[in-house]
Amino acid sequence: MERIAVKLTVNGEPHELLVEPRKLLSDALREDCRLTGTHVGCEHGVCGACTVLIDGRPARACLTYAVQMEGHAITTIEAVAQNGRLSPLQQAMHEAHGLQCGFCTPGIVMTFEAFLREHPDPSEEAIRETLSGNLCRCTGYQNIVAAIRKAAARMRGGEGHAGS
Amino acid sequence: MKPAAFTYHRARSLAQVFELLASHGDAAKILAGGQSLAPMLNMRLAQPAHLIDVNDLHEIAHIRDAGRAIAVGALARHEDVARSDLVRSACPLLAEAAATIGHYAIRQRGTLGGSLAHADPAAQLPLVAVTLGAEFDVAGPRGRRTLAATDFFLSVMTTALAADEIVIEARFPRREPREGFAFELFSRRRGDFAIVAVAATLALDGAGRVARLRLGVGGVDVVPLALDDLARAQIGRPANGDWCREVAAAARERIAPEDSHLVPAEYRRELCAALTRRALERAIARGGAR
Repeated sequence: MERIAVKLTVNGEPHELLVEPRKLLSDALREDCRLTGTHVGCEHGVCGACTVLIDGRPARACLTYAVQMEGHAITTIEAVAQNGRLSPLQQAMHEAHGLQCGFCTPGIVMTFEAFLREHPDPSEEAIRETLSGNLCRCTGYQNIVAAIRKAAARMRGGEGHAGS
Repeated sequence: MKPAAFTYHRARSLAQVFELLASHGDAAKILAGGQSLAPMLNMRLAQPAHLIDVNDLHEIAHIRDAGRAIAVGALARHEDVARSDLVRSACPLLAEAAATIGHYAIRQRGTLGGSLAHADPAAQLPLVAVTLGAEFDVAGPRGRRTLAATDFFLSVMTTALAADEIVIEARFPRREPREGFAFELFSRRRGDFAIVAVAATLALDGAGRVARLRLGVGGVDVVPLALDDLARAQIGRPANGDWCREVAAAARERIAPEDSHLVPAEYRRELCAALTRRALERAIARGGAR
């Protein structure tokens, strides 16, 4: 099977992959880049577990082929904590019990890292509308919403990374 | 859930898209946002031999003022359409509808041209285009042509595009002064395709009578329907609560939805009436605000 060389940036670092055109970005991140924080759920765009940032915008890694990412920059959950410190959103998810099994969590964090940058003071309705794109089978969502609100308030307060 | 093998082509120009379509014809599919195509590939409902990626064609990602219309390039993303200040002020029905497509992450990738060319009969953008009387520019190796939205959609996922043509731009008529608008849809889960959707724009005269009405329904036929005859018959009538209910009842008689064990035809008719009434009430309230 023909493989194509693809140069892309993942979490700020240049990568060169050799992939079949049909290889999903989610699989390339996990298997070729060895970044297994991006989880694979439904593989048809419904569950949101594989959400990553492409050039800063959230996207389903399972609906993107790695070959398309030549010249693009991907951000995954591995780059969200910095120097061992959780992001305000991650810290709030921890404190508010916004996760149980954790399978959906990377996708939720990536979605809302982008969303809260664009919408620093979202209504609960807007949070729930956006969260509708990420399926969680454990929590019942209440604590995820609480965590996102907590994170938004802290980020507006200019707290930056937790504890700083 | 892995797609069958395909050959990947990244188009750098429209000319290259046409060349690739000419060489590969029906064996090729255009890959834009991929939010409908990729699931079909992953589930192997589609197995095209060639994918032509058009994501580098930034020249057709525009949203701009074209005088009497707002011109939206085929590669404009739903989230950009929904959040554009120009669209929100000059064609707010389009912005409101685009904001309901899929989910936040889906809207970052999904494109206007992709949605139009995919032609799902329950999709938001085809319904808005048909309701407003938008026109589309499509292009191929023989040049560019303009089609009315109503002539573009032929049947379920079937359009008037030739095998070697792509959508370039859609032009949506600008909102008229004092015109109210509303987009209503019903789906079982947030982000799913609508079972039924209704779009309306409405302008009243100084005495609260209907001066202009556009009304469209999606999800009830093989293509989105503009109920133009029904809308025209409303000119001059007082726009009040009784009128909204009456038009809603008339709309449900104008449609002949498919009957299935999952969604009975009567249920779609009921939704059509309920959503039409809601859309008209909201359009009246919003029109009055101007």
